[in-house]
Amino acid sequence: MTVFWSVFRRDWLLAFRQNAEFLQPVLFCLLVVTMFPLGIGPSPATLQKVGPGIIWVAALLSSLLALEKLFKQDFLDGSLEQLVLTPGSLPMLALAKVLVHWLVSTLPLLILSPVLALFLNLTWDMYWALLCTLVLGTPLMSLIGAIAVALTAGLNKGGTLLGLLLLPVYIPLLIFATSAVESASLGIPFTGQLAIIGAMLLFAIALTPYAVAYAIKVSQN
Amino acid sequence: MSGDKLTQLKAQELACIKRDKLLFNDLALQVEPGEMLVVAGPNGVGKTSLLRILAGLSAPEDGAIFWNDVSIDNIDSTFRQDLIYIGHKLGFSINLTAIENLRFWMQQRGQVPSEQSIIEVLDELALVGMEDVLVRQMSAGQQRRVALARLWLTPAAIWILDEPLTALDKWGINLLQQKMISHVQAGGIIISTSHQHFAVDIPVRTLALEPNWL
Amino acid sequence: MWKWLHPYAKTEETYALCGRLYPWFLWPAIALLAVGTVWGLAFAPADYQQGDSFRIIYIHVPGAMLSMGLYAGMAILGFIGLVWQIRTCYMGIAAIAPVGAMMTFIALFTGAVWGKPMWGTWWVWDARLTSELILLFLYLGVIALYGAFDDKIQAGKAVAVMSLVGVINLPIIHYSVYWWNTLHQGATISKFDNPSISSDMLWPLLLNILGFGLVAGALACRRLQNEILTREMRRPWAQTLLLSNETGAK
Repeated sequence: MTVFWSVFRRDWLLAFRQNAEFLQPVLFCLLVVTMFPLGIGPSPATLQKVGPGIIWVAALLSSLLALEKLFKQDFLDGSLEQLVLTPGSLPMLALAKVLVHWLVSTLPLLILSPVLALFLNLTWDMYWALLCTLVLGTPLMSLIGAIAVALTAGLNKGGTLLGLLLLPVYIPLLIFATSAVESASLGIPFTGQLAIIGAMLLFAIALTPYAVAYAIKVSQN
Repeated sequence: MSGDKLTQLKAQELACIKRDKLLFNDLALQVEPGEMLVVAGPNGVGKTSLLRILAGLSAPEDGAIFWNDVSIDNIDSTFRQDLIYIGHKLGFSINLTAIENLRFWMQQRGQVPSEQSIIEVLDELALVGMEDVLVRQMSAGQQRRVALARLWLTPAAIWILDEPLTALDKWGINLLQQKMISHVQAGGIIISTSHQHFAVDIPVRTLALEPNWL
Repeated sequence: MWKWLHPYAKTEETYALCGRLYPWFLWPAIALLAVGTVWGLAFAPADYQQGDSFRIIYIHVPGAMLSMGLYAGMAILGFIGLVWQIRTCYMGIAAIAPVGAMMTFIALFTGAVWGKPMWGTWWVWDARLTSELILLFLYLGVIALYGAFDDKIQAGKAVAVMSLVGVINLPIIHYSVYWWNTLHQGATISKFDNPSISSDMLWPLLLNILGFGLVAGALACRRLQNEILTREMRRPWAQTLLLSNETGAK
């Protein structure tokens, strides 16, 4: 367990060493959300209708950007290699890295979310639903995304490969999350959708560490 | 390095295919405590691949490796605890300082990190005053020495070193060779490659890999 | 003697196996498709609701079924390859992926062609079409991932993992897309589900399904042979094969 926390602490330290690079995905999300009123017109009713979808698509895209960095630097400088050789359990260590990554990339998003909701004219009920879906959905994105990121860690291809691999897999999350926010806008309970996302999350927590560990080993070839 | 443990590394029928080229096939080797094995051969013949397979980083196409007669893939194997692998890459985060890197290294090996011992080792490697410098701000030679500090800091029965003399000056080379000698004399194992000739006076076996034209 | 050959004996055997299977896939496929397609497109009775435009199901349904079946096949190969470390399984995935993508494209294209007379538009976000589109992306992802690696064994392991991730997600994606479609249901009723079908409509469909399956098998065999040859070019058996006048039709 101490190995888990040592990896956690190291990654946490590293996240803040790179000149606030960790804020870039959040800024991207804000930019994307800003583009939409400019593109489709500022009518509050329209924005409210499409708002949940826009925010979630923006969150998915910016999470892809953030994920790219998950293993890249460690692969390049050889720390990933040493991690594979650690006596500790690789799935646990992978989980530690994903946890740090999620905390560092999601907390800014959650802090930004009221602004996003404001820009797209969401009601308080909708915002509450949005927050719930973000809290449950973003770890799911990080966990599943980590598998693809680990597999492609050694490649020099751009983010489009990652997008092609992950966006189809993220579609159920998109559907249920936006539906939850829409239900909230209609005053209907959205616990069903949250439960499904929660179930997917639990499933992911149980299984993905092993897949990520294996994917890391594949990247080492 | 306990003398009563049978700390031998045995590999059988190793085969390696990289980019569809069969680098070697049916390769066997055995290294006993107190031995140093140097893998030699021209560039591209598979030396690094062999070392990575022996370290357990790469899966071989065929064959098995045993440490103390237990397969290194076995969950009970102590191999990873007994191994230090230093490859071409640094193995350290370039955005951390030398002390931070080595401290985390010790924690990952289950050792209690001691600031004092880290500083002593860094001193020995002529990195005085560099303890709190980010690794990415160091020169290649300094980075190499930080990477090699692992050998001084944590005891391990087997060292697998890929081109360890890279980026080192004459003084650094000498220091490392002295360390390698004392490790082998104390019953440790070293498996290494190098383009440069090792000037050590301990028994060194050579495994020469030849290009496989198949 | 055998030990020396062990790591790559498997590919030689698989190559030979594919060569033997190929004619057994190809000729029956051509026969079945010829009969089934002509029967379906020209001779089977017209649907009382949709008239002749429904005939496209003789192409659409086999395409859709195979698109999903082949993906499942890739996942199975991926699983076997990862668990038992069999290299030819990875090559199999690479062989099947473009065939599966093509089947998915056929299903999408014919689905759109079917949709035009029914809904007046080339594309609707019908649940099944949307699922097929996502499946196409999954296939393209596998193809792109395989091509991105230089070391094809590494590539094989990567696509095996992604195929498994995809196949686990496939039911979830289907379910969520169907659910999404009911949420946002427009006036479109999907005639893709359970066409009520009489037996003289059914037979050409079955023939075509089998025909498509065999075509996919034939294509996969050929592609697998190509992949094996490309990767094993330097082996003695491959050299003899390439230098002789027979091009692997054995």
